[in-house]
Amino acid sequence: MIKLLTDNWSAFISGFGWTVLSSVLALFFSLIIGSLFAILEVMPSKTARVIGNIYVEIFRNIPLLVITMFFYLVIPLYVVKVNGFTAGTIGLTIYTSAFIAETVRAGINSVDSGQMEAARAQGMSFWQAMKNVVLPQAFKLVIPPLGNQFVNLVKNSSVLAFVAGFDLMYQGNMIASQTFDTVNTYVVVGLFYLVITLPISYYMQHLERKLA
Amino acid sequence: MQNWIDAYSWINIRFLLQGLWITILISVISVILSFIIGSVLGIIRYAKIPYFSRIIGYIIDVIRNLPLLLIIFFTYFGLPAFGFKPDTIPAAILAMTVFESTMIAEIIRSGILAVDIGQMEASRAMGMKMGQAMWHVVLPQAYKKMIPALVSQFISLIKDTSLATIIVVPELMQHGQVVYGQDPNYIIPVFVAMAIMYFVVCYALSLLSKVIDRRMA
Repeated sequence: MIKLLTDNWSAFISGFGWTVLSSVLALFFSLIIGSLFAILEVMPSKTARVIGNIYVEIFRNIPLLVITMFFYLVIPLYVVKVNGFTAGTIGLTIYTSAFIAETVRAGINSVDSGQMEAARAQGMSFWQAMKNVVLPQAFKLVIPPLGNQFVNLVKNSSVLAFVAGFDLMYQGNMIASQTFDTVNTYVVVGLFYLVITLPISYYMQHLERKLA
Repeated sequence: MQNWIDAYSWINIRFLLQGLWITILISVISVILSFIIGSVLGIIRYAKIPYFSRIIGYIIDVIRNLPLLLIIFFTYFGLPAFGFKPDTIPAAILAMTVFESTMIAEIIRSGILAVDIGQMEASRAMGMKMGQAMWHVVLPQAYKKMIPALVSQFISLIKDTSLATIIVVPELMQHGQVVYGQDPNYIIPVFVAMAIMYFVVCYALSLLSKVIDRRMA
C-alpha cells in the first residue's frame, strides 16, 4: 500500500486538490444561492415563498447524479463547451444549495419573530432587518448543520468521477485500472476522503454538544 | 417537438419505468436490511459496552464519512480480490446496506438519546432488565421521534441508487442512459422524464412523512 501511494503520489494529490477545490467552490456558491432561496421562503410575499419552495423541493428530490449529468451533457450541446470539472461543480452547487436553503430557513425560523418585528418597527426595511438582525443570529445557529452539509458535499463531489472531473475518485479509478490493485487503491482513496471529512464531522459534533 | 414525441414512445417510457422498478426494489431491500443492522449498531453504540461500543462507533464514523460511490466501487471491484464476486444488483444492495446501516445507526442512537433518561430509569426501577426496558419502553418512543429523519434517509437512499449505474445496475439512471444513447436529441426529454420519476417517488415520501409526523404529534 505504501508503494502504491508513493508511486502514484502526484495523481492522488492532484485528485485530492481538485476534490477540495470543487467542494470549496460549490460550498461558496451554494451558500449564497441557498441563503437567497431561504430568504425567499420566509418573505412576506406569497409568490416569493412559492418560488423558493419549488426550487428547494425540486432539487432536493432529484438525484445529484441526474443534475450533474444533465449539465455535463446539455450545456455543451446548446450553450458552451464545459469540462467535467465545471459541469460537476455546477451540479454540486445547485444540489447543495437546496439543502443549504432548508438549513438556513430552519435557522431563520428559529430566530424569535420578535427580532424581525422589532427591527421593522424601528423603520428598517425587510432586507435591512434580514441582513443586519435576523441572518447574523440565524447563521450562528446553523453552523453545525452547515458543517455537516459540507461533509456531505465533499462526499458527493465523488460524482465528478462520472464526468471525468479529475477528482480523487476519478484518479483512484485510473490508478486502480492501471495497477489492478483495486483494494489498496480504494483504501488509499478512502483515507484521503477521511482526512477531510472526519475532522470536520467530529468538530461539528463537538460544536453541537457545546451549543446544546 | 418531434424529438419529445419520439423520445416518449411507449417502448422508451416502459424501459424507464422498468428501471424505476429496479431502483425501488434495491432501495426497499437495502432500507429494510439497513434498518435492522442500523438499529443493532445504534443500540450497541448507545449501550457503551466497554471497548466493543467504542470500536463499533469508530467503524460507523469511518464508513459514514466515506463517499457511497467509493463503497460501491470497493464492493464491486475490490471484493473479488478476497474471492467474493457479487453480481451487480447484489453488489449494489450490499454497498447501500453497509453505508445506510451506519447512517441509520446514528439516527437510532440520537433518537434513543432524545428519549428522557427518566423513562429508562423508571423501567429499571420497576424491575425490568435493560433489554426489556429498551424494547418495551425506550425504543417505541425513540422510533416515533425518528420517523422524519428515517424517511429523509430513505429518500436520499433512493436518490443514491442512481450511483449504482457506474457498475451497470439496470436501474432508472442506467436505463435513461441507454435511451438517450440512441439519439442526442433525446437527452433533454429523457432527463426530464427521469427527474419527474425520481421527484414523484421522493416527494411523495416526504409528504407522507409530514403527514405521519403531524398525526403523531
